[in-house]
Amino acid sequence: MNKKRSEDASIREDTSSVATNSETALRDKVRKTRGVVWRSLLVPLLATVTAFAIGGLVIIATDESVYEAFQDGIGRGIVQVFIVIGRAYGTFFTGAFGNPAQIVEALFSGNAAQIRRAVYPITETLRISTPYIFAGLAVALGFQGGLFNIGAEGQYFVGGLVCVFAGYSITGLPQIIHLPLALLAGVAGGALWGAIPGYLKGKTGAHEVITTIMMNYIAYRLAEFMLDVGGPMARGDGRPVSPEIQLSAYLPQFFPNRVDLRVNAGIFLALGVAWVVWWLLYRTTVGYEIRTVGKNPDAARYAGISVPRVMVITMALSGALAGLSAATDILGVLHFMPNSFFSGYGFDAIALALLGNSHPAGVVLASLLFGAIGAGARNMQGMAHVPIDITSILQGLIIVFIAAPAIIRALYRMREPEEDEELALARG
Amino acid sequence: MTVAQVTPRSQRRARTMGIFFCLVSLSILLLFMPSTQPGQTTTFAFTERSSNALGIADMVFRTRVGLYLMALVAIFAGGWQLTKGFERVNVVLGLVVGAFVLAFLAWAARGQSMNMTGMIKSSLLRAIPITLAALSGVMCERCGVVNIGIEGMMLSGAFFAALFGSITDSAWLGLLAAMIGGGLMAALLAVLAIRYKVNQIIAGTAINILATGLTSYFSSRYLQKYAELNNPATFSPIPLPGLSKIPIVGPALFNHTLLVYLTLILVVVIQIMLYYTRWGLRTRAVGEHPRAADTLGVNVFLTRYVNVISGGLIAGLGGAYLVLSSVARFDELMTAGKGFIGLAAMIFGKWNPVGALGSSLIFGFADALQTKLAILAVPIPSQFLLMAPYLVTIVALAGVVGRSRTPAADGVPYEKS
Repeated sequence: MNKKRSEDASIREDTSSVATNSETALRDKVRKTRGVVWRSLLVPLLATVTAFAIGGLVIIATDESVYEAFQDGIGRGIVQVFIVIGRAYGTFFTGAFGNPAQIVEALFSGNAAQIRRAVYPITETLRISTPYIFAGLAVALGFQGGLFNIGAEGQYFVGGLVCVFAGYSITGLPQIIHLPLALLAGVAGGALWGAIPGYLKGKTGAHEVITTIMMNYIAYRLAEFMLDVGGPMARGDGRPVSPEIQLSAYLPQFFPNRVDLRVNAGIFLALGVAWVVWWLLYRTTVGYEIRTVGKNPDAARYAGISVPRVMVITMALSGALAGLSAATDILGVLHFMPNSFFSGYGFDAIALALLGNSHPAGVVLASLLFGAIGAGARNMQGMAHVPIDITSILQGLIIVFIAAPAIIRALYRMREPEEDEELALARG
Repeated sequence: MTVAQVTPRSQRRARTMGIFFCLVSLSILLLFMPSTQPGQTTTFAFTERSSNALGIADMVFRTRVGLYLMALVAIFAGGWQLTKGFERVNVVLGLVVGAFVLAFLAWAARGQSMNMTGMIKSSLLRAIPITLAALSGVMCERCGVVNIGIEGMMLSGAFFAALFGSITDSAWLGLLAAMIGGGLMAALLAVLAIRYKVNQIIAGTAINILATGLTSYFSSRYLQKYAELNNPATFSPIPLPGLSKIPIVGPALFNHTLLVYLTLILVVVIQIMLYYTRWGLRTRAVGEHPRAADTLGVNVFLTRYVNVISGGLIAGLGGAYLVLSSVARFDELMTAGKGFIGLAAMIFGKWNPVGALGSSLIFGFADALQTKLAILAVPIPSQFLLMAPYLVTIVALAGVVGRSRTPAADGVPYEKS
C-alpha cells in the first residue's frame, strides 16, 4: 500500500521517468514470479531429497552386513555403509532411468536390441507413470471442487470392468472405432461410480469421504463377483480373470513386437488429458464453477451456481479420470482384467494430487516421480534385496515434508515465505 | 409431535418411511416365501458345544410361519406409520430391519440348523477392532482433529504387538507396545495437524502410507526371516464367573479375552467422560468452537494433543486385538480396511461412543453372517452379502437416519490470535 502510494507520488513528480519506472517494475515482477516458481519447486525438491536421505538411513540401519562390518572396525563399517547405500540407490537409479553410459553406448552402436535393453528402465518409468497421471488428476480435480475423492480405487475397478467388457465382447470393429469405444467405456464406468457419491453429497449432504470408501468396498466385491471362477465375466479356464481383449482394442505400443517394453500410447493420452483438465479448470465456465464451489460453496450458491449439480459434475469427471487410469492399464498393458484387490492407486493418487498441489502440471510431474520410484524400487529389490515397501516409506515422507514445508524450512534454514506464496491446498 | 413441527420435509420423510416398511414386508413374502416348502422347519440353536453355560432347548419352527410373522410385523409398522405415525420412527426402523434380518436367517437356515449364540459371539468378535477404530476417531474428531490415519495407527499397533509380544513372550507387554506404536503415529498426526497446521486429511493419508511402508518393510526384513519374531504370546478367554453360565448370552458375551471386555468398558467410560466430566466438556468445546474455549481459558493445543494421542493409543489397541486375540501373528496389511470401516461406524454412530459400538456391531454381524451363509450353502453369491453393510451405510448416510452433524471445528487448524 505504502509502496504503491510512493510510486504514485514519484510518477506525479516526474512524468518523464514513467517509462523507465514501469520497466523496472515489470522487471521486478518477472524476477519475483521467477522466484516464486523457483521456490515452489524448491520445497518439493528438498522434500524428495530429504525423504530419500531418511530412506537411505532406514536401508543402512536394516542391513546386517553393516553391523558385521562395524564389528571388524569403524573404518570397515563406514566403508560398508557407503557400499550398501551406493548399491541400493545405484540400482534404484538404473532401474528408474537406465545406465547413462549404457544408453550412450547403445545409441552410438546403433544396435536395436542394445538400445531396447538400455532404454527399458525409462519405458518402465513411463509405463508406471501413465495410470498415476490419470488417478492423480482424478483426485486433484476433486480437490479443486472441494471434494475429497478417496474412491479413485473403486472407480478404477468399475471403469476397468466396463472397459474390459467392451474390449473383449465386441468383435469385428476396426481399431479406430473399437479403441475409443473401450476407452469411453472405462470413462463411463468410472464416471458413474464417481457420480453416485457426488449426487448423494449434493442432494443429502452425505459425506463423500465415507460414501466413496463404501463405494470402494462395493466395487471390490462387484469385481470379485464378476471375475471369480464361474462368474459372469470370468475367462472360464479356472482362473479368476477376464478374457483377453480383442487386438482391435489395444492401445498402440511403442515397440509392438517386444512384450517386455510395455510403454504405449497411454502416456500421450495422459499428457493430453492433463492439458484438457487444465483447460477445463482454468478456461471454461464449468471449471470456474468447480473451483468456486471448491473455494466457497456458500458464495457459489449466492452467485447462482447450483452447488449439487457442480458436485455431481466434479465427482463424475473425477471418476471418469480414475476409469481412464484403469482403461490404459487394461488396453495398454495387461490386456485383461485380473481379480486382485487393492490396486493401490486410490491412495497413491491422493499423494500425487497433494504433491502436484492439485494442479494438472504438478500432478504430471509428481506422477513421473512416483513412476520412477516404482520402477527404481523394483530394480532395487531385485538387485540389492531392499524390500519394495521402501516406496511407501519414501512416498509417505515426501507427503509429510511437502504438506508441512515448515519442517523443510527449519531443516535447511530457509526464510519464511511471504503470505501469497503459501501453497494453497484444497479443503478437506 | 405438535402441529408447528410438521414441515413438508418431515412429512415426506415420514411417508417414505411408511412405504419403506411396507416394501420390507412385501420383499419378505416375494424373496423368501416362493423357495420355502410348506412343511419345512428352521432350527435356531442356542447352545455352544464347548461352553459350560446352562442348556436351553433349540427353537424349532415352521419356516413359513416365521416368515409370515415377520412380514406381518413389517406391514403393521408400515400401516401404523402411514396412518397414525410413530413418535420415534428410528426405533421402529431398527425393529423392521431386525424383522427382515430374522426372516432372512429363518429362510437361509430352512431345513437346517443355525447357531444363534455362535452368530452373536462371532458378530461381537468381528465388531471389536471396528469399535476400537471408531472410538479412536471419536476421541480425535470430538476435539476437532480429523483422523483418517486410524488404519495406519492400527497397523503399527499390530506390528508392535507381534514384535514385542514375541520378544518378551508376554501378551501384556505386547499390548503395551501396540498402544505405544499407535500412540507414536498419532503423535506424528498431532504434531503435523496442530503444530504445523497441515491439512488433517493429508496428514492422515501420509500416516497411512508411511505406516503401511514401515510395517511391511520391517516385516519382510525381519518377521518373515526370523519366525520367532512373529510368534507372540496371546490372551486366552476369561469366562466371567456366573455371567458366562447364563443361557444364550453367557457364552456369546461373557467368555472372551481381556481385550473384548476392555473395549466394552472403554465405550462406556468414554461415553460418560465425554458428556459428564470436565474433560469431556472441554473436548467438545474445543471441537465445536475453539476460540470460545480458548477465551474461557481452555488450552486448545494441549486438549488436542492429549485427545489425538489417546486416540492413537486406542487405535493401537485395535491393532493389538487383531494380533493378540485372534491370529497370533502379524501379516502385511492385516488391518484390511478396518480403520476406514471404523471411521464409517463413527459417522454412522454420530460421533458418539455408544453409537459407534452399535454401528460396529452391524458391520460385525454382516461379516459373521457371510461366513455362516457360506456354510449353509445359500444360493446368494457371498460377494453381495459382503456388500450389504456398505450399502446400508450409504443409504443410512443419505438420509434414512438423518443428517449426521460433524463437530463444527472438525478439520480446522486452530490459530491462536
